[in-house]
Amino acid sequence: MVNPAPVVDPADPAVNPAPKTPDLSRPLPQTTTIKDTPGYTVFRWVNGVVLVLVAAVTLYPFLNLAARAFSSEAAISSGNVTVWPIGFNTTTLMSVLTQELFWRNYLNTVVYTVVGTVIAMALTTTFAYVLSKKYLKGRMLLIGFAVFTMFFTGGLIPNYILVSELGFKNTIWAIVVPQAINVFNLLVMKSFFENFPTELEEAAAIDGLTTYGIFFRVVLPLSKAVLATMVLFYAVWFWNSWFPAFLYMDDPHLYPVTVFLRNIIAGATGTGEGLSDIAVQVGANVKAVTMLLTALPIVCLYPFVQKYFVSGVMLGSVKG
Amino acid sequence: MATELRGNETWGLALRKHWRLYTFAILPIAWFLVFRYLPMAGNVIAFRRFRPGGSIFGEEWVGLYYIERFIQDQAFWQAFQNTVIIGGLTLLIVFPLPIILALLLNELRSRLFKRFVQTVSYLPHFMSIVIVAGFVFELTALDGTVNRLVELFGGDPISFMQQADWFRTIYISSEVWQTVGWGTILYLATLTTIDSQLYEAARIDGANRWQQTWHVTLPGIRPTMVVLLILNIGQFMQVGFEKIFLLYNTLTQPTADVLSTYIYRVGLTSGQLSYATAIGLFEAVIGLVLVFSANAISRRVTGSSLW
Repeated sequence: MVNPAPVVDPADPAVNPAPKTPDLSRPLPQTTTIKDTPGYTVFRWVNGVVLVLVAAVTLYPFLNLAARAFSSEAAISSGNVTVWPIGFNTTTLMSVLTQELFWRNYLNTVVYTVVGTVIAMALTTTFAYVLSKKYLKGRMLLIGFAVFTMFFTGGLIPNYILVSELGFKNTIWAIVVPQAINVFNLLVMKSFFENFPTELEEAAAIDGLTTYGIFFRVVLPLSKAVLATMVLFYAVWFWNSWFPAFLYMDDPHLYPVTVFLRNIIAGATGTGEGLSDIAVQVGANVKAVTMLLTALPIVCLYPFVQKYFVSGVMLGSVKG
Repeated sequence: MATELRGNETWGLALRKHWRLYTFAILPIAWFLVFRYLPMAGNVIAFRRFRPGGSIFGEEWVGLYYIERFIQDQAFWQAFQNTVIIGGLTLLIVFPLPIILALLLNELRSRLFKRFVQTVSYLPHFMSIVIVAGFVFELTALDGTVNRLVELFGGDPISFMQQADWFRTIYISSEVWQTVGWGTILYLATLTTIDSQLYEAARIDGANRWQQTWHVTLPGIRPTMVVLLILNIGQFMQVGFEKIFLLYNTLTQPTADVLSTYIYRVGLTSGQLSYATAIGLFEAVIGLVLVFSANAISRRVTGSSLW
């Protein structure tokens, strides 16, 4: 089975096989038994070393962060902490974990992520289903209507005025509603639904199901993999989001944990606006612990869900 | 459901036949109108005076007053220049690196090693920008690892984040760190679709490994490169607003301030909403022009395009 090329015309049935994730870690088949030239052998060794370095440089900040989180303040400021804690202690961890505001903000992040993902999924799946129906009049118009917003947006100030005028300030809606549809995700779902076997839908229609019945009882249950991918894309997006909350929320009790972290980082490095002297004294170890706790859920979840993300990117690469 | 599409179907007939399907579109269309198209229309305050608490479309026409104002604004031109430089560096450095990394990964024979490097290199993509900014501050701090290395090579510690000269290097490095691994996915996917017979034929013609890469692999991934390049050009003007916003300060502003951060300060810190909108509109229009021209040029020259 050939894999869909990144840019293909979905209208052409010859190039539109069922989306299947190619195994990207599979080395290319060796079609020859000819021995490597000496030059190529050297290249392979150099290549191996370079890629080990790439992996090391990518991982280093994470290891450094974990080491700092459990090191003493003095060891950190001496600059000796690299990948192993010096002056090991869990006092800092405990001091962050016993902060009421931290937990409040952490809980906010969970709530914003769940609510945001639910709204986003409801709007994205239904609209993508409509856009995937090639016989539907006005389909191209609607696709253009959505895709245009990828290349032209209202800009910061008009959005800010709109959200304020709607009375969304200091509410969860300021975070979840304006970002409810990601056009890229919409196109991913659309190309998935386009490949959905029409025979199943036709059979369901003959059995007397309406469009609603077909969508909820046939299409969605058979799309679990792509739905999981979309849920992950949106959930990570909402989990990581900080700017809308920073912009629209004044009450620290409403902040998500990313804004809590931002304020600590800004305080500790002096880049924030209107900082007090107290904020500047946030310890490097406190900063590290907060960063670690914010990143932890994603780092832990990541190895298990990585393949969904990869398949999502490749589905989305089918031209819309 | 099985009805084949008929181009001459009237709207009345289509609505009657597929009304249930159209109802699915009502909420999303309303959402796009309110949260995407209404702010576009809201750009009209670039030409109208806006009063807080008044109409979101402003009070009275002022013509090109705000446009003329930013054309004479020194800080605007500095932000514009920084945007072009940082955007250009991003295209020049951050865009090609995933291609190189994908080609290197492609030469690996150990499946386990390849999977390991891939898994590790995708991870930064999932980190919040706040965390990435935190990493940057930690590593470049006076007690950070980068300064440890500087000292190891006999240099004096540098307060990187306080020096305008270093900002671009640091910004681009963090972009590379965060995006290069993830960027390889589409290229790796394309590489698996290249017909192995092409390599066979090239070998028979006496092509060495490098020539095979140059004449078979690169042409094979060219359409992907072109599409991603066009998409990147579309982002050119918006260069990582959130990251720059977190990383910059008054000391690094001479090199770090881009249009989007300038808009934030003018609009939301000093409250000159109409003026900031005028600059935002300018930025958005340039972005749109860039992506349309890149697409048109690419369609003519390479034959591949976004639409």
